[in-house]
Amino acid sequence: MVSLVLIDFDDTGIKQPARSAVAAALKLGEVHALVAGAGVGSAAQAAAKIAGVTKVLVADDASLGHALAEPLAALIVGLAGGYSHLLSAATASGKNVMPRVAALLDVQPLSDISDVVDADTFVRPIYAGNALATVKSSDAKKVITVRASSFDPVAAEGGNAGIENITVASVPCISRYISSELSKSERPELTAAKIIVSGGRGMQNGENFTKLLDPLADRLGAAVGASRAAVDAGYVPNDYQVGQTGKIVAPELYIAVGISGAIQHLAGMKDSKVIVAINKDEDAPIFQVADYGLVGDLFTILPELEKSL
Amino acid sequence: MKLLVAVKRVVDYNVKVRVKSDHSAVETAGVKMSMNPFDEIAVEEAVRLKEKGAVTEIIALSAGVTQAQETIRTALAMGADRGILVETEVALEPLAVAKLLQAVAKKESVDLVLLGKQAIDDDMNATGQMLAALLGWPQGTFASKVEIADGKATVTREVDGGLETVELQLPAVVTADLRLNEPRYASLPNIMKARKKTIDVVKPEDLGVDVTPRLTTLSVAEPPARKAGIKVPDVATLLDKLRNEAKVI
Ligand SMILES: Cc1cc2nc3c(=O)[nH]c(=O)nc-3n(C[C@H](O)[C@H](O)[C@H](O)COP(=O)(O)OP(=O)(O)OC[C@H]3O[C@@H](n4cnc5c(N)ncnc54)[C@H](O)[C@@H]3O)c2cc1C
Repeated sequence: MVSLVLIDFDDTGIKQPARSAVAAALKLGEVHALVAGAGVGSAAQAAAKIAGVTKVLVADDASLGHALAEPLAALIVGLAGGYSHLLSAATASGKNVMPRVAALLDVQPLSDISDVVDADTFVRPIYAGNALATVKSSDAKKVITVRASSFDPVAAEGGNAGIENITVASVPCISRYISSELSKSERPELTAAKIIVSGGRGMQNGENFTKLLDPLADRLGAAVGASRAAVDAGYVPNDYQVGQTGKIVAPELYIAVGISGAIQHLAGMKDSKVIVAINKDEDAPIFQVADYGLVGDLFTILPELEKSL
Repeated sequence: MKLLVAVKRVVDYNVKVRVKSDHSAVETAGVKMSMNPFDEIAVEEAVRLKEKGAVTEIIALSAGVTQAQETIRTALAMGADRGILVETEVALEPLAVAKLLQAVAKKESVDLVLLGKQAIDDDMNATGQMLAALLGWPQGTFASKVEIADGKATVTREVDGGLETVELQLPAVVTADLRLNEPRYASLPNIMKARKKTIDVVKPEDLGVDVTPRLTTLSVAEPPARKAGIKVPDVATLLDKLRNEAKVI
C-alpha cells in the first residue's frame, strides 16, 4: 500500500502543513510525494529531504504554474493508478483540487481528517468541530485532505528520496490565472506559528491592530490572526481569519483579544495548547475555553502586556 | 443565461449541536433548521447577477428530505425564479449531490452553477469542486468577487496567502465564500410571491443517479472538553502563569 501526498510549497519552500499530511500518510504505509508546478527544482530537492518520503514525483510544466485545479487534478488522476491513498493538507489549494480528483475517480473524498484509524477508517470533525465522526470508506481508493493541526509534522530534513520526473500531458485550458494579492509579512505563518495573537471586533479598527497587536506579536515572535468580524470589517486581510471557515490552528499559545468566542471561531483554535482570553465582558464564551482569562479593557491591557514582556 | 444555485437544509448556525447518547449521529430532531449560510450567499449572488442583467433565469435546487422545500422557498423569496427538489430519505454525500446537480445542469442547459463553499453540518467543502469535475467545467472556489462578461467569469478567490483572481470559460462552477456579499432578507411581498413560484419534485432515479453512500459512520463522539481555566487578576499574574506554570513564553 503506497500513498501519494501532494506537496504545498511556495517561493519560501515547503509549507509545514505538507509535512503534517506526510505524517498522516505514514500511518498508512509507504509515502511518495508529488511536487507539481512550474520551475519546481528546489521544491523537489526539499521534498526529497522530508523524513519518511521514499520517492518524489516531479511534474514541472508551465500549465501547472499556479496550481489551477483543472490541470492539477488531471495530473493527479493520471498518477492515481499506482496508489491506494491520495492525500493533501487541507490548505486552500488542497481543498480546491482534491475533491475534483475524487469526482474524476468516482470516489467520495474524506475532507479534513484529524486521525487515521486504519486504511479505510478515519476521524473527521463535523459541525465546526463540535462532533468527531469516525467514518469508514467503501471506495477502493481514498482521496483525503488532512487537518494539519491534528498531525505533528514530520521533520523537514532526514529523508533521502529518489526523484522521478514525470511528463505532463496537455489538457484543454478552460481556466486562466490572472493575478494574486498576497499579504506580506515578516511574521511566522498562522498555520506554522508557535504563538498566535488574534484580534476581534473589540479592536475597533485596523490601526489598532498595527498599533497594539503587531508590537505584541513581534515581542513574542507570534503570528497575528483575527476573527471573522475583524476581517469582514476590513481591519485585516482575509488570510488572517481563524475559524471553521478560515484557518485551523493549534499553537502552543493562542491569545484572543476582543474576541467573543463564537463556535465558528472556537472551531479554528480550541485545540491550542494554552489559550489566553482578554475581554471586557466577563461572560464572553471565550472564557469557557481559556486557560487564563483576563477581564478588562484591551486598550489598557495590551500596552501594559507589551511593556512587561 | 441560466443559472443553477444549490441550497442545503442544515442545522441553523446558532444551534450548539449535541451528539446523540448512542453516538450514532448529531441530534437533529426538534432542532432549528435553516439554509446553509454559504448557500444564502450563493443565492444572493445569483440574484444580483440577474439584477445586473447577466443572468435571465435562476433555478434553486435542493436535494434531501421533503422539508428541504422550505429551503427552496427561502431561495425563491430571495429572488430565484423556480425550484427543483430532488427528494430522498438517503443521507446524501457530496459525490451524490454533485451527480444530481450534474444531471440537472445538463438537462436545463445552465451556464453557471453557484454553490456555497461548504456546508456547516458535514464541513466537507467538496460538492462544487466535484460538480465541476463531473461536468468537465472550470471551477472558481472560495469566491469573494464574481464578474460575468464575454462568456467568461472572473473570480477572485480567498486563498491561504490572501486573494487570487482566475478567469473561467463559461459554463463554470463557482463556490461562495463569506465575503462575496451580504445576503438580503426576503421582504414580506417577496415571501408571498415565492409561494406562487413552482417547485418541481423529482427522485434521484428520475435523474438516473445512484445516491448510495460510500461512507459509513461508525460513531460520532463529542470532542474532548477543555478543562476549565482560571481568571487572572492582572497582567503581571498572567505573565507569571505563562512563564512559570504553562511555560509557553
Ligand atoms: C457560516 C459562518 C461561518 C463563520 N466562520 C467564522 C470563522 O471562520 N471565524 C470566525 O472568527 N468567525 C466565523 N463566523 C462568525 C462568528 O459567528 C462570529 O460572528 C465572529 O466570530 C465574531 O467575531 P468577534 O468575536 O470578533 O466579534 P464579537 O462577537 O462582536 O465580539 C467582540 C468581543 O470583543 C469584546 N470587546 C469589545 N471591546 C473591548 C475592549 N475594549 N476590551 C476588551 N474586550 C472588548 C466584547 O466583549 C466581545 O466579546 C462565522 C459565521 C457563520 C455564520
